[in-house]
Amino acid sequence: MIPELWRVTHRREEFPGTITLSLTREAGGPSPIQPGQFNMLYAFGAGEAAISLSGSSASPAEPLTHTIKGQGLATQALCKLEVGTQLGIRGPFGQGWPTHLAANRPLVIIAGGLGLAPLRPLIYSFLKGHLPARRLQVFYGARRPEEMLYQPELGHWRSSFELVTSVDHASTDWNGHIGVITDPLRVTHLECNDALVFVCGPEIMMRFCIQVLLHKGVTESNIYLSMERNMKCAIGICGHCQWGPNFVCKDGPVFCYRDIRSWFQINSL
Amino acid sequence: MKVVTTLLKEHPFFTGLADKDLAFLSGCTSNSHYKEGEYLARENTPANHFFLIRSGRVAVETFVPNYGPLCLMTLHGGDIFGWSWLYPPYLSAFDARALTSVRSLKLGGQCLRDKCEKEPRLGFELMKRFTKVATERLQAARIQLLDLYGPHPSQGIPRCDP
Repeated sequence: MIPELWRVTHRREEFPGTITLSLTREAGGPSPIQPGQFNMLYAFGAGEAAISLSGSSASPAEPLTHTIKGQGLATQALCKLEVGTQLGIRGPFGQGWPTHLAANRPLVIIAGGLGLAPLRPLIYSFLKGHLPARRLQVFYGARRPEEMLYQPELGHWRSSFELVTSVDHASTDWNGHIGVITDPLRVTHLECNDALVFVCGPEIMMRFCIQVLLHKGVTESNIYLSMERNMKCAIGICGHCQWGPNFVCKDGPVFCYRDIRSWFQINSL
Repeated sequence: MKVVTTLLKEHPFFTGLADKDLAFLSGCTSNSHYKEGEYLARENTPANHFFLIRSGRVAVETFVPNYGPLCLMTLHGGDIFGWSWLYPPYLSAFDARALTSVRSLKLGGQCLRDKCEKEPRLGFELMKRFTKVATERLQAARIQLLDLYGPHPSQGIPRCDP
């Protein structure tokens, strides 16, 4: 698949080193992508990186939104793109969040750090009434208050559904929890029998969250994770992202915990 | 007005504890209220009490010279604060400062120790509950140390390799 040309139409720095880009296709036309799926973003001369959709997916005509943290050569180059510059995009790829399972059920979203980005499309869907979940609870953990994503939106979210935020470090003028996200998760009431839980964050954070969820009575088949591996081809050929019998780019990035539990617990994978 | 035994029973720390044990412990318990900014405990001062937080937010802090107070974690309704009364030298390890108006139950450390000595079965039950909380806090502290949301470990977090 050859990258198509897209252009940056809006750029917002979430905090130093992490930006959100709005993109439109040079040739026009729709760009259907589902929450949890990703595109390969190509910064010319630097390389490609797999980046999840972080904006609304309600209409294919809307600009594409991706949130990027500059960590390697390609992502750092993407973070430097200014409004008006071009980039290449291949996609969408992968299996997204199984939103059809949320019908008339309580949905719990647990996000750590940049992991909020692939989950934000679900929040938008819920707010627009497109996600048929009965109730939404969102747990969001970050390093510091100033390193939280989408800060202008958090207040609105808090008034629209139950949003629990936690940071590892903060001064005491911070109004949320200080500590790990598993603490508020442990003490908050979840409708564990029926709840569908979507988790995205550093793998170790997801591991600890799963321990809490299972202890609270959430079943393995109701927990879905978005995994991250070094994806290159994005179509399950090159093997860079092979994980047990799965290719994260093709079979994931969203997996049901029940199906990947045995791979999740092997350190070297 | 609720009696102390009822309030003890309602707190998650004592979930499932027998009524007779709650009644026994209520003799050590008083209701307490702290205004925003007041301290429940101060670092390096005698740890005379154990707190069951009923509502409000409490910052567990330590003072860093040339920086000021550093908040290590926040506690909320349903949490507990303080186990330094269990072990000599019975000194609080951290400050506990009310970030909002805080309602709590305050149990006397000396009184609790005496009761647990007299009733080892209850003492063991309480010890199991304290150990569970201490283990959860230790695990949380370890996760915080990992700096999960910071730079990827490949970008310079030291390893323990020889």
